[in-house]
Amino acid sequence: MNEHLQNTITKIQARHQAEVQEFRGEFTVFIEPADIQCFLLELRDQHMFNICIDVTAVDYFPQETPRFHVIYQLYSMPYNVRLQVRTRLDGNKPHLDSVQGIYKSANWKEREVHDLFGIIFTGHPDLRRIMMPEDWVGHPLRKDYPLGYEEVQFTFNFDEIMINKPHPKD
Amino acid sequence: MGLEQKTGNMGIVTTSLEKAVNWSRTGSMWPMLFGLACCAIEMMSAQAPDYDMSRFGMELMRASPRQSDLMIVAGRVSRKMAPVVRKLYDQMPAPKWVIAMGDCASCGGIFNNYAILQGVDEILPVDVYVSGCPPRPEALIHGVLTLHEKVKKEGIKDWA
Repeated sequence: MNEHLQNTITKIQARHQAEVQEFRGEFTVFIEPADIQCFLLELRDQHMFNICIDVTAVDYFPQETPRFHVIYQLYSMPYNVRLQVRTRLDGNKPHLDSVQGIYKSANWKEREVHDLFGIIFTGHPDLRRIMMPEDWVGHPLRKDYPLGYEEVQFTFNFDEIMINKPHPKD
Repeated sequence: MGLEQKTGNMGIVTTSLEKAVNWSRTGSMWPMLFGLACCAIEMMSAQAPDYDMSRFGMELMRASPRQSDLMIVAGRVSRKMAPVVRKLYDQMPAPKWVIAMGDCASCGGIFNNYAILQGVDEILPVDVYVSGCPPRPEALIHGVLTLHEKVKKEGIKDWA
C-alpha cells in the first residue's frame, strides 16, 4: 500500500470516524452525506487529491435501505494514488450538496447522476438533464424504473401490433 | 411497321415520360451522408471500391439533406435522436426515399428497451427494409436495387 494513501486514510479515520473498506488494493471511504463538501475539500487541499475522475451512483433498491450510494472517484496526480469516496443516500427525495465548486469536473457528472438517478445536487448552477431528452419522465437507472418492452411481432399477433404502431406520413 | 421501329431507324428512341424520369431518378440517387451505429461501417464499405455502389450512380454521399434523395438509416435510433432524424428527413427535397438498414432500424433489433426506437418506421415512411445485424454490403446493395425496382414502377402523379 502506498505510503501517502496510508497516511491519508489514518488521518481521515481519526478525524471523521469514517468507515474504510478495502477490496483488492482499492480503498473506499464511507462518509455521511452532510459532510461531503468539507470532506472533499480537505482531501483536495491537505491530501493532494486534485482530480475528480468520476461521480457515479448505484441503486441497491431491494437489498439495502438507504438505497443510493453516490460514489466519487478521486485521483492524486502528485502521488499517483486513487481513493473512492462513497455516501449513502435515502430514496425519499435524495439530496446532496454539489461539489462542483471544489472539483470543476464534477459539473456534468452530477448532471448525469441527477438525470439517471434523480438525485438532487443542491447548489449546482445548471442542474438539467444531460443524457435523456429534456421532456423525459422518470430516471431510467433506478431499479424500479420499467425497462420498457415491446411485444415481438409474430404471425399470430401481427395485426394486433400493426394497429397500435404509429404510421408516419410525409 | 410501328412508330418505334421507324423512328429507331432514324436514330430516335421513343418512351414514356414516366419511364425516362424514373430512369434518371434511379440512375443518380444520392444518399445522405450520415450513420448512427455499426451499420454505418458496412454502408461505408458498400461505397468503397470493393463493393462499389457507384456502379448504380450512388457514388456521392451528400453531406446536406437538401441535396440528397435517399436516406439510409444505418443503425439504431435512440429516442433522443429521433426528432433529429425526422428533421433531416423533412429537410430533404420531395422525391425522397428511406431505407431502414439493419435489424435495429427495422424493428429495434436486440435493443428492446425504453431508450431505442422500436423501428425507424415509427417516425419515417420506410420504403425498403434490409435485414441483418449488420447486413453485409451485398445486402445493402440488394436493398438499394430493390428500391430502384420500386422507383421504376412509380408514376409521376405519386410525387405531384
